Amino acid sequence: MRINEHPILGEYEKGKIIKFTFDGKELEGCEGEPIAMALKNAGVMVHRYTKKEHKPRGIFCAIGRCTDCVMVVNGKPNVRTCITPLEAGMEVRTQHGVSAE
Amino acid sequence: MNDRSRELKPFVPAPDDDMIICRCEEITKGEIRKAVHDGMFTLTEIRRYLRTGMGLCQGQTCTKLVKGIVARELGVKPSELGSATGRAPMRPIEMKILANDGGGKK
Amino acid sequence: MKCYELIVIGAGPAGLSAAIEAAKRGMSVVVYDENSKPGGQLFKQIHKFFGSKEHHAKVRGFRIGEELLEEASKQCVKVVLNATVIGIFPEKEVTVKIEDHVEHVKGDTILIATGASENMVTFPGWTLPGVIGAGAAQTMMNLHGILPGERVLMLGTGNVGLVVSFQLLQAGCEVVALADAAPRVGGYGVHAAKVARCGVPFYLSHTIISAEGNDHVTGVTIGEVDSNWQIIPNSEKHFDVDTICLAVGLSPMSKLCDMAGCEMEDSPAKAGFVPKVNEYGETSVSGIYAAGDVSGIEEASSAMIEGRIAGIAAAAKLGYITEEEGKKQITEQEEALNGLRQGMFAPGMRGQKITTTEEGIAISENLLSHGYVSDEEIDRFPGVTHKSGIHPVIECTQNIPCNPCQDACKMHCIKVGEHITSLPQVDPVGKCTGCGMCVASCSGQAIFLLNEDCGDGTAEITMPYEFLPLPEIGDKGTAWSRKGEPVCKAEVVSVKSIKAYDKTNLLTIKVPKEFAMKARFFRKEVLV
Repeated sequence: MRINEHPILGEYEKGKIIKFTFDGKELEGCEGEPIAMALKNAGVMVHRYTKKEHKPRGIFCAIGRCTDCVMVVNGKPNVRTCITPLEAGMEVRTQHGVSAE
Repeated sequence: MNDRSRELKPFVPAPDDDMIICRCEEITKGEIRKAVHDGMFTLTEIRRYLRTGMGLCQGQTCTKLVKGIVARELGVKPSELGSATGRAPMRPIEMKILANDGGGKK
Repeated sequence: MKCYELIVIGAGPAGLSAAIEAAKRGMSVVVYDENSKPGGQLFKQIHKFFGSKEHHAKVRGFRIGEELLEEASKQCVKVVLNATVIGIFPEKEVTVKIEDHVEHVKGDTILIATGASENMVTFPGWTLPGVIGAGAAQTMMNLHGILPGERVLMLGTGNVGLVVSFQLLQAGCEVVALADAAPRVGGYGVHAAKVARCGVPFYLSHTIISAEGNDHVTGVTIGEVDSNWQIIPNSEKHFDVDTICLAVGLSPMSKLCDMAGCEMEDSPAKAGFVPKVNEYGETSVSGIYAAGDVSGIEEASSAMIEGRIAGIAAAAKLGYITEEEGKKQITEQEEALNGLRQGMFAPGMRGQKITTTEEGIAISENLLSHGYVSDEEIDRFPGVTHKSGIHPVIECTQNIPCNPCQDACKMHCIKVGEHITSLPQVDPVGKCTGCGMCVASCSGQAIFLLNEDCGDGTAEITMPYEFLPLPEIGDKGTAWSRKGEPVCKAEVVSVKSIKAYDKTNLLTIKVPKEFAMKARFFRKEVLV
């Protein structure tokens, strides 16, 4: 969910609304915001399933350190979605294990 | 810490041994405790043995947790353990970028 | 190979401050930061800072960040973003990854200002999506305008846990509870009090037993711990939440210092493994400095001063100023730094149990165990006085380095005095005009204006209010107590939002006069 107006910060400066896909499904987000933020806004919690135990992971640190939020973006695996800016037409996929497969 | 004659109490399984500690490599508390009993007394050895802190995040989250578990297992204070050796690259980096590093020359 | 006179690693408050001071004195400086934006964590800090004028007190963190960036650009400091330092080698060679290549640079001096990382705790379910760091919550709501969750449990009552809980409320989340394994609130009492009066319960001596959910968090169970940190049977409490926020401390990110060959120490007072530094922030390796959280966890305000000291020291080392000038300029900064390192929360006080204030007043036990000062305790503090007519009531009960309230009152009703940590006193003969500047300037939101008897059986209470929607004059609702419980009916009689208040609105409510010392918050819902 987006915060429309904040008591201290007022309105947020956001990029224009663009479309991207998550596991083939079309979603909307703001251009330039981290991919993870657009996903969170759309209610997507699971970014990947781990290699050994196939457990779900999502946003944890949100600043590019913990690498829990990595996904397959435009075919490239292990992309830290919390610090990678969203672009129109991006193909974002849930990552299974540590590769794009 | 390098006193290899150190006598540890026998390994006793604990109810939370299956707790994930290293989130990237999915190493559990039990595995870390067992590694200490296998003779890995320093953080550098544990890291090499189990790959804790060797995953994508390079130990950002688990370093302190691992230290606490190892210290408790050895019966020492975490501060007595020192740290695992820091080496370049400090942060995850793609191999091709490292491979293209031509040194200081332009 | 590119050479600089100062290479700064980290464009947070410490790094930028050092770069500014060094550049000001003529040095060639570069600042590397792995993030896409400079400022470190400053831009996520939307609360007003503590301290005195020289420490930017009562200025919100993100504005301090803006000021720093402006100063840096004025001094032509080169800040390279998305630039990750991956190694420091002998002779001050630094390798930095920029985009898809590695650059080698050399510095005559280096400042390591890499900041801190968040500590974590483990519990069954701690890897589930929905369990996040407190920093992540701040990043989502304050930088990107995304709600971290709808119902949140916060673990940790240090300043980070308290401040972020308040920010979650401001963003529109429901904070169901604050839990901490420690038996006492770790952060400033004023930060706890402003969360408690919104109705958030505090569970001290409680820890998380488990997070529930299959693919993401749907609930959490906490339980009380005994003195050996073991869960007490049948003390479990369950909450339906979608988010669990962890604020269990920070650790210095000092690996680069270690790699650079700096002598290190494990220091509980500095909250971790840190380089040993002298009074100028210089490590055991000549010309390599460390400043900010990397050399010991403190506030951003002290990080900025440490940075400035290191920047000046580097300039003196390379001869841009004389040693004498350097010493003089550093002494001024050190005085400012010492001002911040006073009081109950000073770095040297970590882990100590304090029972009385510097004035000899017993600390509010209820504040430490439940997050608010009880009705029985509040009257013993010097900022709490009673008289006819409008007057400030200052519910500031701990010695923290902060004094903007004293400067805010043009009628000199409020006195902190020479000691920046002294509890503010209200002058009994001061002529309060009800301007409200003290209310808006208190970073702890602990000042209220009271007219305890309006003559018609009512009292008026003016409080700081930083939530949306802003109530309007004539709104009828409920007054809440310090404890965060509805106490009586209330009507809004004034709402003031002037620029000088800087987004802290002043809300005045009318209540039956017997509730003058009880009502401390307002909600529009009629509950009593």
